[in-house]
Amino acid sequence: MEFHLIGLGKAVFIWAVALTCIPILIWFERKGAAFIQDRVGPNRAAVLGVRLAGIVHNISDVVKLLTKEMMVPAHTNKWYFTIAPFVGITVLLFAFAVVPWADNLRFGRWDIPMQVANLNGGILYILAITSLEVYGIVLAGWSSNNKFSLLGALRSSAQMISYEIPLALSLIGVFMVFGTVQLGEIVRGQGELLWGFLPRWGVFVQPLGFLIFLTAAFAEANRNPFDIPEGESEIVAGYHVEYSGIRFALFYMGEYVAIVLSAAMVTTLFFGGWQIPYLPTDRIVANASTVLRVLLTVGAVLSFVSAIVFLRYDKRLSGTWAKGDLRNQEGKILAVVAIIFFVMHLVAAIVLWSVELPEWGTAVVAVLAQTGMFVLKLLFFCWLFIWVRWTLPRFRYDQLMRLGWKNLIPLAFLNIFVTGFIILLVERSG
Amino acid sequence: MPLGLKYSSLVILFVLSVAIPLALVGIASLAGPKRPTTGKHTPFESGIHPVGDARRRFSVKFFLVALLFLIFDVEVIFVFPWAVLFRHLGLFGFIEMTVFLVILLLGLFYVWRKGALEWE
Repeated sequence: MEFHLIGLGKAVFIWAVALTCIPILIWFERKGAAFIQDRVGPNRAAVLGVRLAGIVHNISDVVKLLTKEMMVPAHTNKWYFTIAPFVGITVLLFAFAVVPWADNLRFGRWDIPMQVANLNGGILYILAITSLEVYGIVLAGWSSNNKFSLLGALRSSAQMISYEIPLALSLIGVFMVFGTVQLGEIVRGQGELLWGFLPRWGVFVQPLGFLIFLTAAFAEANRNPFDIPEGESEIVAGYHVEYSGIRFALFYMGEYVAIVLSAAMVTTLFFGGWQIPYLPTDRIVANASTVLRVLLTVGAVLSFVSAIVFLRYDKRLSGTWAKGDLRNQEGKILAVVAIIFFVMHLVAAIVLWSVELPEWGTAVVAVLAQTGMFVLKLLFFCWLFIWVRWTLPRFRYDQLMRLGWKNLIPLAFLNIFVTGFIILLVERSG
Repeated sequence: MPLGLKYSSLVILFVLSVAIPLALVGIASLAGPKRPTTGKHTPFESGIHPVGDARRRFSVKFFLVALLFLIFDVEVIFVFPWAVLFRHLGLFGFIEMTVFLVILLLGLFYVWRKGALEWE
């Protein structure tokens, strides 16, 4: 029973992380686009005067999409049209099952791997499950009975299956270096140091493989510069032209979950996953109290600084809105929250000073620190997806196919040969 | 432990990932208005009246891509076990796989020369 409860907890955790990333990514997208294009971006919607630099807009989006008319046009294939939006997001959320977000939680008789299921297939499971995503797109495009939808679906499916080959080929080098397909083992293998100072991250031992993987991951997620399936200047919105209301939102959410999944894969395979550079798990466990104290001090300083920033912001803000509008008080509200956080950190630090951590406490500290590291890396690569979208122009379709088949695939083959050669050379001499 | 119980967490995650879209669509179908008009029931073609429906022939190129994908993807999966066991197989395994991959590359260049990868 305990085993299933732990499984439930882990499944809920990764599910919640993937879903929470969606509003964060939408916010990144809007504010990032605004930042890159020198605009202000969303800044109006507020809950009790709190705008949080536009994050609150996501709440109003959800309400709007939920209360919109959700119709099935008469010219479509009703059954396929209805189920198509489910495929993408379900499949992508399900693929998170093998992503590890921390080292095993070890204390007493417990040894719990921090991933939903420690499958032997590892990354192959992700490849297998995500390739089902194409079905959702093809079903949506075909069942819509709309020429734009059909074109979008054809382009998208051709693109996704084309880029799956370089994606899989670029992984072969990683498997050769780490000798396993299990993500947990791959991340553990990245904890060592190369020549005593460089973390043995995938990006350092497989630079070419990383570039190929990243390019293919952008194409798999249908993101710019490979977002031809959506190409609003050519085929309006591609396969989801005919969708409205929350069904359209499901496609939208699916796209963002795809970005989160790609970022998670890049993080785990090439950037050490949950590994904190130079701080292996046993060292964190041994110095858990110190780690916690440092984290609490950093948290206290950050909340203090942000309280000051919010108070200055409040001075700037006063009188921006009409009298009686709570948004005038936003700076004060946020400053109060920051001060509460500061006091909480301080109290925790003082309590920690007099208390010795029990064994399970040190294990939990290690897991929490590694989870935080994983989420930080994850968010950075999510931001990279948005950064690229607003920086690079869109490819033409023939250029896209040429890049995939004529450049990336031969390069991936080259990567396999070079990796094999170097590994053999090093093993021979060492 | 039987396999079904060992991977109960996978089943839970699957149920959760099906639940979120189902719940959203369920709420939306209760909350949203329903006012069908003829305009909403015509295919959207940027404001132009649609001519015929979308059930027409499309370029055979897409079929060709699917076919090539099938061939290459199967070959790639064939390489995976070799990659995992690479250190055990050593030089012999490397040469064997080089022969295999060179044949695969020859296939790619054949397809290339035949023009199957050209999009005009």
